[in-house]
Amino acid sequence: MSKRLMHLSLPLLGIGLALACWWAASSRIPDLPSPVRTWQESRLYILEPLTKRGEMDQGIGLLAYYSLVRVAQGFLLGIAIGTPLGFLLGVSPMLTRTFDPLIQILRPISPLAWLPLGLILFQKSEPAALFAIAVCSMWPTVLNTMSGVRAIPQDYWNVAKVLRLSPLTTFTKIIIPATLPYMFTGYRLSLGIAWLVIVASEMLTGTPGVGGFLWQEYNSLIYAHILLAIVTIGLIGFVLDRLMGAVEMRLRTA
Amino acid sequence: MTKSEVGSQKPDVTLEAGGQKPEGRTCLSAIGLFKTFGTGAQARPVLRDVSLSVERGEFVCIVGAMGTGKTTLLNMLAGIVRPDTGVVEIDGQPVVDIPAGAAFVFQNYSLLPWFSALENVRLAIQAASPTQSKAQQRERAVQALEQVGLGNAIHRRPSHLSGGMRQRVALARALATEPDILFLDEPFGALDALTRETLQGELARLCRRDDQPVTTVMVTNNVEEAILLADRIVPVLSGPPATLGTPIPVTLPRPRTVAHLAHDEQASIFRAHVIATLTSALGRRKPVSTIGGALHATAALEAGK
Repeated sequence: MSKRLMHLSLPLLGIGLALACWWAASSRIPDLPSPVRTWQESRLYILEPLTKRGEMDQGIGLLAYYSLVRVAQGFLLGIAIGTPLGFLLGVSPMLTRTFDPLIQILRPISPLAWLPLGLILFQKSEPAALFAIAVCSMWPTVLNTMSGVRAIPQDYWNVAKVLRLSPLTTFTKIIIPATLPYMFTGYRLSLGIAWLVIVASEMLTGTPGVGGFLWQEYNSLIYAHILLAIVTIGLIGFVLDRLMGAVEMRLRTA
Repeated sequence: MTKSEVGSQKPDVTLEAGGQKPEGRTCLSAIGLFKTFGTGAQARPVLRDVSLSVERGEFVCIVGAMGTGKTTLLNMLAGIVRPDTGVVEIDGQPVVDIPAGAAFVFQNYSLLPWFSALENVRLAIQAASPTQSKAQQRERAVQALEQVGLGNAIHRRPSHLSGGMRQRVALARALATEPDILFLDEPFGALDALTRETLQGELARLCRRDDQPVTTVMVTNNVEEAILLADRIVPVLSGPPATLGTPIPVTLPRPRTVAHLAHDEQASIFRAHVIATLTSALGRRKPVSTIGGALHATAALEAGK
């Protein structure tokens, strides 16, 4: 078998095995819809992805769009805070010593824990969701930007020194370009977390989106749609990661 | 010995009108430099009681084996590293930071990989003359690159240039700002023999424009290179800590070429002298006493004139 064919067929084989397991499980558990039933009950949502029939009763494309917009906002907020924070921690060992323990304590806190705090702080579900996404997703950006600044070779600092570059010029012409690949590694990881958080925050706040849809269909006992939402979430997460990975690769080789 | 004393012992040179730089005067002087890396049990003395003076327009080569602290010495002269004790002065001003009008060329080129050759050079010009228009800065950068023979590679990034071409860009970046003093840290150490030879010739040409030779301090471990380029060779005697040997004036006529020096009798005398000075220090591991070191340094200063 040629290498190209292997590259294509092996992942398909993996997906096929997963479908087989799903099918086998569904034949024993009556509440779990089989892959075929899932498809039949989800067809409307997939084939008319942009139709709006009600608050939650919308095509999967629209639902995904709402979720993506929310993720984009929370993610942008997260990196807008995380990137400068990373730069500050990277250039100042003193700041690192001050804030590192705090970061290590905040980092493992689940979005489910942040969300109620957001609701208390902002009173509304939408800003609370953005708060939870931003506060959960910013840490990889902070840490990667920080280590990126630390990894700048002494050579470049020497260039800044002997050319007598101003602090601003040093920042824009040396620190930022040298840190860019690390920053984007951070952004990719942050986006992955932001996408994880979206489901939890939509479930808790009941806002329209893939996560909100999932929770509503669970409450309506339409289990096939839960599986539809799960597959959609996975596929979108995969595509997002690949897109960010492509940007990252470009920066690494540049 | 102070700088003015050193200066007063020189024959007076009539200054030419028109802002010409005065010739034959001390431009850079270092007195009693000590440097130790680390502290406590880890303390590693690198340089001990080093004194040196460089005249305006002079090309001085600091020559020594690898790992003797040559680079540290150069970094201290250029203000990149501070000595533990001792003073470095350029034009009578104590050096505390990189002085304006100094340029530095590193062994590993140290070009910024995200910029083209042109942008690398322009960054130096921009930093040195921020009031100039962008067009003027660009034009000067192009000229500097043309001077080193890279006129048709100005838009290439360092990763698309050979080692020799990268060092040409680094030279262009250093010379584009028309520095008063040029520091070179083993600039050709990483190049193959042929490229090295070509670039040595270029450097001699660029630093020795007849109207205004640039004061140059170069570190190298290559004796041939030093004889080819230097007005004066300062040997670094291996320590640790390293000290400086008596400077050796290289009185060979210019222009010098590698081919010519290979068969020149006088050149081989200089070569033998330099190598003998360097190797005599290799067996010596115990540092000389402080008084001895001071005397030695004074002798070095005397002989350097």
